[in-house]
Amino acid sequence: MARWRAYHTPATVSEALSLLHEHRDKARIIAGGTDLILDMEANQAAAPEALVDVTRITGIDRIAQEDDWIVLGAGITHTQIESSPLLRAHARCLTESCGVIGGPQVRNVATLGGNVAHALPAADGTIGLLALEAEVEVAAHSARGARHTWQPLLSIFAGPGRNRLAPDQMLHAFRFRPTQARAGNAFDRIMRPQGVALPVLGIAARVRLDAALRRVEDAVIAIGPAGPTPFRATSAEEALTSAKAFDAAAVEDAIAAAQAQASLRSSKYRASQAYRHEMIGVLLRRVLHTSVERARMNEAPAGPAGA
Amino acid sequence: MTHLTLTVNGREHALDVPPSRYLAEVLRYDLGLTGTKIGCDEAECGCCTVIVDGQSVDSCIYPAFKAQGGQVLTIEGVAQTGPGSQNGGAPELHPLQSAFIQHGATQCGFCTPGFIMQAKTLLDENPDPTDAEIKECLKDTYCRCTGYAAIISSVKAAGEYMRTGTMPDAELPPVKEPLSQIGQPLQRPDAVDKVTGAALYTDDYTFDGMLFGATLRSEHPHAAIREIDADAARALEGVHAVLTHADVPGDPRHGLVENDWPVFAGGAYPARYVGDAIALAAAETAELAEQALALIRVEYDPLPSVTDPREALQPDAPQLHPDRPTGNLLKHIKVRHGDVEEGFAASDVVVERTYRTPMTEHAFLEPECALAVPAGYKGCLPSTSKEKAESDHESDKLTVYVGSQIPYSDRRQVAKSLGLDDEEVRVIGTLMGGGFGGKEDIAGQIHAALAAHVTGRPVKILYTRQESLIFHPKRHSTIIRIKTGAKRDGALVAVEAELYGDSGAYASLGEKVMTRATTHATGPYVMPHARIDCYAMYTNNAPSGAFRGFGVTQSAFAVESNLDILAAELGMDPAALRRKNVMRVGAETATGQELSESVGLLECLDLVEEDIKRAKAVDSSLPSSDPWAPVQVGSKRYAWGIAAGYKNTGLGGGAPDKAEAEVEVFPDGTAAIRTSSAEMGQNLVGVLAACTAQELGLPFEKVHVTVMDTDLTPDGGPSTASRQTYVSGNAARLAARAMREQMQNVLAEKFDTHPDVIAFHEGLAYVDERRLAQMHVAELPAAGANGANGSAGGILPGSTRSISFADAVNALLAENRLPKIRYEYWAPQTQPLGTGGDMHFAFSYAVHAALVSVDTETGEVAVARVISAHDVGRAINPLSLLGQIEGGIVMGIGNALTENYIVEDGIPWTERLGQYKMPGIKMTPRMDSHIVEHPTADGPYGAKGVGEISSIPISPAITNAIYNAVGVRCLALPVDQDALLLAMRDGEKEIDGHWGQTGPWLASNGRQPH
Repeated sequence: MARWRAYHTPATVSEALSLLHEHRDKARIIAGGTDLILDMEANQAAAPEALVDVTRITGIDRIAQEDDWIVLGAGITHTQIESSPLLRAHARCLTESCGVIGGPQVRNVATLGGNVAHALPAADGTIGLLALEAEVEVAAHSARGARHTWQPLLSIFAGPGRNRLAPDQMLHAFRFRPTQARAGNAFDRIMRPQGVALPVLGIAARVRLDAALRRVEDAVIAIGPAGPTPFRATSAEEALTSAKAFDAAAVEDAIAAAQAQASLRSSKYRASQAYRHEMIGVLLRRVLHTSVERARMNEAPAGPAGA
Repeated sequence: MTHLTLTVNGREHALDVPPSRYLAEVLRYDLGLTGTKIGCDEAECGCCTVIVDGQSVDSCIYPAFKAQGGQVLTIEGVAQTGPGSQNGGAPELHPLQSAFIQHGATQCGFCTPGFIMQAKTLLDENPDPTDAEIKECLKDTYCRCTGYAAIISSVKAAGEYMRTGTMPDAELPPVKEPLSQIGQPLQRPDAVDKVTGAALYTDDYTFDGMLFGATLRSEHPHAAIREIDADAARALEGVHAVLTHADVPGDPRHGLVENDWPVFAGGAYPARYVGDAIALAAAETAELAEQALALIRVEYDPLPSVTDPREALQPDAPQLHPDRPTGNLLKHIKVRHGDVEEGFAASDVVVERTYRTPMTEHAFLEPECALAVPAGYKGCLPSTSKEKAESDHESDKLTVYVGSQIPYSDRRQVAKSLGLDDEEVRVIGTLMGGGFGGKEDIAGQIHAALAAHVTGRPVKILYTRQESLIFHPKRHSTIIRIKTGAKRDGALVAVEAELYGDSGAYASLGEKVMTRATTHATGPYVMPHARIDCYAMYTNNAPSGAFRGFGVTQSAFAVESNLDILAAELGMDPAALRRKNVMRVGAETATGQELSESVGLLECLDLVEEDIKRAKAVDSSLPSSDPWAPVQVGSKRYAWGIAAGYKNTGLGGGAPDKAEAEVEVFPDGTAAIRTSSAEMGQNLVGVLAACTAQELGLPFEKVHVTVMDTDLTPDGGPSTASRQTYVSGNAARLAARAMREQMQNVLAEKFDTHPDVIAFHEGLAYVDERRLAQMHVAELPAAGANGANGSAGGILPGSTRSISFADAVNALLAENRLPKIRYEYWAPQTQPLGTGGDMHFAFSYAVHAALVSVDTETGEVAVARVISAHDVGRAINPLSLLGQIEGGIVMGIGNALTENYIVEDGIPWTERLGQYKMPGIKMTPRMDSHIVEHPTADGPYGAKGVGEISSIPISPAITNAIYNAVGVRCLALPVDQDALLLAMRDGEKEIDGHWGQTGPWLASNGRQPH
């Protein structure tokens, strides 16, 4: 019940960072708040002095094509992601993963930045971003104004529910490369019908085929939860790209590699280790087939018009 | 305080509120817009949905300052008011609001505003949505009453209206012989209030000077309380009282059956479960009351606890109630019938399994709230009855406002613990956001009353969802070993069963619930030999009590699963096995009751079986003549499963079962019907109005219904055991009939004719000339047979001797007759278990068939379609009846597939609604529901109960279908997809555990764990 005593709505990044800096570790960033407030209500002690609402910062919810990147503001909501033609064309694994989180009321306010900052190894949006090899822009307070740095997405995770951001840093944006010709991506997950909002397992994959559309030239596979932080199944990626053709044997090799590399746990009331092991097979088979199918349909670089 | 500017429903508000306010709090408590409900405080249930700047949000955890400067639309702003509206400035309902009324999508009404707001965002963009789009839009908006089918059809109907200007009618199953008011889908009396946000639940009331109460609860499942130091809490500014066991002036304990539940644990009473109340703080604000709790220091001496009902029966088990001569054994319940040894010896096939069902949670969407106003308080009395407007409250009674299933029991328990006479306390029922059995026990009623009594101020106690989950009685978890024997031809011979029911820390209705589980453990079948033993046990888990199905949900799962196993061993069709054994008129139950009438089970079975065959015939490429054979579509395997069930109507077992109702007629041509029976969403108010209107020949809307007020309404008894349509319906019917007869006598003198020819129809009283003519030739048939109130042929054209109902009332008054009659209806006498007499005065029957898909790659289970038939005696209101059926079926799907209230060693793991999944709209299958009407002689127009039976056979129908699909038998609920998949992979035929409950019970099951 103990709640915050001040609510700030800065209009710029530097203003937000200054507020965070002033409050030291006694302020929290709020975007949609759908995770943060539940956590705060559950842990009475952790009520911050102030909430800094970043959703009114100019440009924080942008979707743009800049240089050779697709850039998403960290405050973009799940609803905006789902309904963006640009993202549907280039980032199906993200529109699909963000489209299954909660209901519309939650997706209307919950942001991608919040999903990533919450640092859960099974966060759907994060898994989708990871398959896109996204980078994250961190804005940090400094005496001379905000300092912005781009870094790999995985670099900001410290452990389950913990990120590496300092109290006066914030996520500002994400970026990833547009989908090229002969490339495709997809996401799927398994839920448990009883009592846990987190998925049993989620997998996103992105592949690029060779000119003959026979073998996978490039692959990215993201799995959650398969360790304390969001997980890249690099050995499965290798198994796919080293295969002579994309066929059943290649898929089964990739599955075996992913199963061997992932550290799966039994999480109480959610899933057994054995079940998750099986689900890596089922989901990877599904998302690889969908990704490859999309890659085959995607002869020319896709644009929003194609969506 | 910080400045907040909002435009709400087109009106600008400038407020000074704390920066920590949530939007729902600002709307409800600062602006008084109480149509927006708070169901969970965790953005889980969607009751609080409002539209901010065009987008729907869950306002319960939406910081109000997020909406700074924004436009907010709430349910109160959805109806259009304006000079353009037809009815002179009265609000014109939005098409969604009209559709929700006409299609029966509002029952308790608590979730309705959220649904309308969320559905509006869909229709605003797309007035022609598909079912899939509607389900996607409403996937995180929860309803516990309707089963969502009516909501889906309402949204479609509203869309059609927006596109075409025509609102389609609801599709309803046919009823046999509708009368003018009975058998008609009449609009529920509270419908408009519920779709506009005007409906008031307890937390929607406020009084000047009102304090807020918060309850400190035990952290331990079993602990003596050595000391409670509340000095610091009492010293906190704004705190008016901190109450503990030492402050209870009267009986320190309460209880529905056993007086074993302390008002506060402490002193002589240890805490016996996590959630037991220890202290109550009453303060100026809810936040201050919470802060006060944090300052209370409790010293516990933890005691050993027992949390497994079988361990509780062991002689060395920790004792919960050492004063009880039977120790932890609340009750050993026995059914003895024939000779089971002989029966099994004569059986060709015997199957035996042990089943397990979890503790489950009612998850009514309105958390408990109680509001007490002290005697002598002067202020405004809000209106809780359509009969009476708001008035000045100046009462010499301590008054408790609460949504409760048993108002008179609340009054008795409040008075007793406060040391008052019953007459010094008044309980006023507000609208209730669902009950399902979970609002029969005392929640905050005594605490609020005590705090109001002590402080002299009104006190409101609103439970958070999390508190509600931990505190209130649940559905019993059970372990049921059952052995069933049959002849080669399928004739059932014997059943032997042993049931353990976990009744938790306090008796609640545990003994009654487990008695029902026991007596119904033969299933609705002729069973020559039965030996059934049930042990209802005290443990240090949360209490278990009434929950829709009342124990029969659990035993039916075991009975109907065993029956399918038996059918497989016999090589028999499962429907044929049931057909061979189902109860028919003339059958005897295992408790010795001969069923002399109203057994429509065979017809239910026929209808369902025909439908399955029809579905199979239409469906796809099935060469198979076996309706139970699976079909593979992609990774999913589909199959049908079937189960039957029965459920008593009424208390039974020798308990006196009565209800009182009062009818009053007014010179303005209206009538009132009053009884304390509880309206919790099921539309009892509509049933009472229909019975009254039918008897008085009045239009339905001319009858005002007042329920749940111990000063204004006579005692209708508890709303439990599917009894109110029968018992209170009869009381209303017979009160109205007595009034009609009195009016007939008066009018007969006025018209100088025989009373029996005075007829009432559509607000007129007249001399039925045709009947009079007949009377001259023959004796009249008994007046009023079939509720035809002497107007069987309708009004005779040309009758010259008629007056309005209003004038008829004036004639009555002119004769100095009282315009008010009370009728006390006593249901037929029943006999206790063990006497061999009739335990129940009626049973309802049902057959459910479920088409289930199992994803053979993932183990995921879904219900695609349900065909059901229910014998309810008589359909009083087919729209509400369908709502009871569909709501019960979907609740049963939850029982089979999703619901599990998890407690580990007495510590609740399920602390949030997000951890307890009730079925959402995406789980709603296609439902085809048949109504079977085998009238029962004493029921109102032949009706018996339906509230519970609709939730009973569905769970085993689903697990039977899973077996038919993939050959794996689920012995435990809810079905665990994880275990199911691994069993399919490993070729295991049975799964008997689920998460967290795979441990010790398997060992004593005598079977190998998988």
